[in-house]
Amino acid sequence: MQGYTQRSVSDKLFDTFVYVFMVIVAIVTLYPFLNVLAISFNDSIDTVRGGLTIYPREFTLKNYETIFGFDGLLVGFRNSVIRTVVGTLIGVISASMMAYTLSRPDFQARRWMSFVFALTMYFTGGLIPGFLLMKNLGLIGTFSVYIIPAILSVWNVFIVRSYIDGLPYALQESAKIDGANDWTIFWKIILPLCQPVLATIALFIAVGHWNAWLDTYLFNNRNPGNTTLQYELMKILLSTQTGSNYRDPNAQQAIAAVSPESIKMAITIVVTVPILLVYPFLQKYFVKGMTLGAVKS
Amino acid sequence: MKPLTEGIPKASVSKKENRFWSKAFQQRYLYMMSLPFVIWIFIFSYVPVWGWLTAFQNYKPKNSILNQKWVGFDNFIELFQDERFYLVLRNTLAMSTMGLVVGFTIPVIFALLLNELRGQFFKRSVQTISYLPHFVSWVVVAGLVTKMLSTDGGAVNQLLIYLHIIDTPIQFMAKGELFWGILTLSDLWKEMGWNSIIFLAAMAGIDPELYEASTVDGAGRFRKMWHITLPGIRTTFMVLFILSIGHLVSIGFEKQFLLGNPLVTDFSEVLDLYALKYGIQMSRYSYGTAIGIFNSVVSILLVLIANGIYKRVTKESII
Repeated sequence: MQGYTQRSVSDKLFDTFVYVFMVIVAIVTLYPFLNVLAISFNDSIDTVRGGLTIYPREFTLKNYETIFGFDGLLVGFRNSVIRTVVGTLIGVISASMMAYTLSRPDFQARRWMSFVFALTMYFTGGLIPGFLLMKNLGLIGTFSVYIIPAILSVWNVFIVRSYIDGLPYALQESAKIDGANDWTIFWKIILPLCQPVLATIALFIAVGHWNAWLDTYLFNNRNPGNTTLQYELMKILLSTQTGSNYRDPNAQQAIAAVSPESIKMAITIVVTVPILLVYPFLQKYFVKGMTLGAVKS
Repeated sequence: MKPLTEGIPKASVSKKENRFWSKAFQQRYLYMMSLPFVIWIFIFSYVPVWGWLTAFQNYKPKNSILNQKWVGFDNFIELFQDERFYLVLRNTLAMSTMGLVVGFTIPVIFALLLNELRGQFFKRSVQTISYLPHFVSWVVVAGLVTKMLSTDGGAVNQLLIYLHIIDTPIQFMAKGELFWGILTLSDLWKEMGWNSIIFLAAMAGIDPELYEASTVDGAGRFRKMWHITLPGIRTTFMVLFILSIGHLVSIGFEKQFLLGNPLVTDFSEVLDLYALKYGIQMSRYSYGTAIGIFNSVVSILLVLIANGIYKRVTKESII
């Protein structure tokens, strides 16, 4: 009896500890976002006084009005949206198409193609040869540099493939008897059945495109027409960090009027909100997708 | 693809050949759906490896790769004689080792504790929140970290002052010796929840009978965690760990680039950043490629060594 009550006391203590720990994790994760949200809606002169936590003291929309007046940001926003939509569509279709052919046990070229794809997961050419390739292909300074090198991800191909492998093959065979060819089988049978895994890779691809800034920095830094939102944010971030001025003269004036701090926070929110709206709803899919990929590798 | 037909009796070959081509024709849609991507991967993944040749040349972009001055190992010799290289290598290894240790232990503990939670709604909410930073870009994270650590109104400084641990705000981002720690913690903040997914999945796969049996035997909660849950995720853990060791030198440079500033470069510059600086910004392509090759060779060696040790200890192989 004594032992029993003792254990339940330590059990309760441990439970309390776990709950407190989890609440702290949640606060540490969320606080920076809430703080930034509060600053982005707060009057920028008032912000300088400091002491803001998770709610604005003097509510204003001026920071957002200012950032939506920057040409660079508008262009960047447009480009980020286009590359995310186009890139995700292409990425999902091409990964599933490739995965389908590799999952067909009777496909002649299946073995060597699988090998050619799997091998690339173990090496990369590296930064400089990759850069020179883009240069030689004439992709530098173009919008296609966001799309063409990212047409396919081998990782996604294998995730989708292991999903297709789990589908009953009899479905394809009966469709074949009904006279369907491989092309129609892919579009009419495989794709609709793959929805859960396609949602997963669509999320991965979309987030990758939306968050990318390095390709803009490397390949499009001299072409303001092809700038992206993340790259613009990065420029503001680095310029306020080092104390130098943001290059766009138009923006410089506006920043002087509002304060770079508030601008930075407002852009951060603009960049984060789309992700926030999407990922919680896909959680059950990507958790499964992650596990699938890990088991396969 | 096409079989060689010369010098072989015609009849027997053409039969085989016919079978091959008629099957290929039957599968023409499969070829249509895959060949473009094979060509694509050849260009974007295999051709750059061909570019490794530039490391042994004095590469000038105006000529083709075959029409260059060959210099042998000069670029590598120059690299190994540069003092900066060793500093950069130190930074790379320090940050990747710290990332490896912290980035594995904490997510495992997090998963272990999540696994002990009873309330499903609370558990799911914490998980959803913990995944959020993974989906946010490093640009945003760098901004948040700089904000939280800033001297005017940064939450960390405010908290430390409030708790009377310090009197005046610390200039976190300007202190080189703090950079490794800041980077590791930022990475942990971003990826802890995400990295715990796999461990949670492995825990969910443990046979419940094991727990029931141990309850009958009178094992308490900690005993079960120690003797059932942790051994249950061992294989998953080791596979991921050994694969990560391969990335010790190629940790990328995104975080270092975004979190670093001129005051802390002696601690923030990593191999890839060094390659970027020389290779692209100074247009010394051959030198930059040599750094990249060094990276790849060391990565492969590290994976093989780690796998070898693991094999010796457990008699199992990962690769």
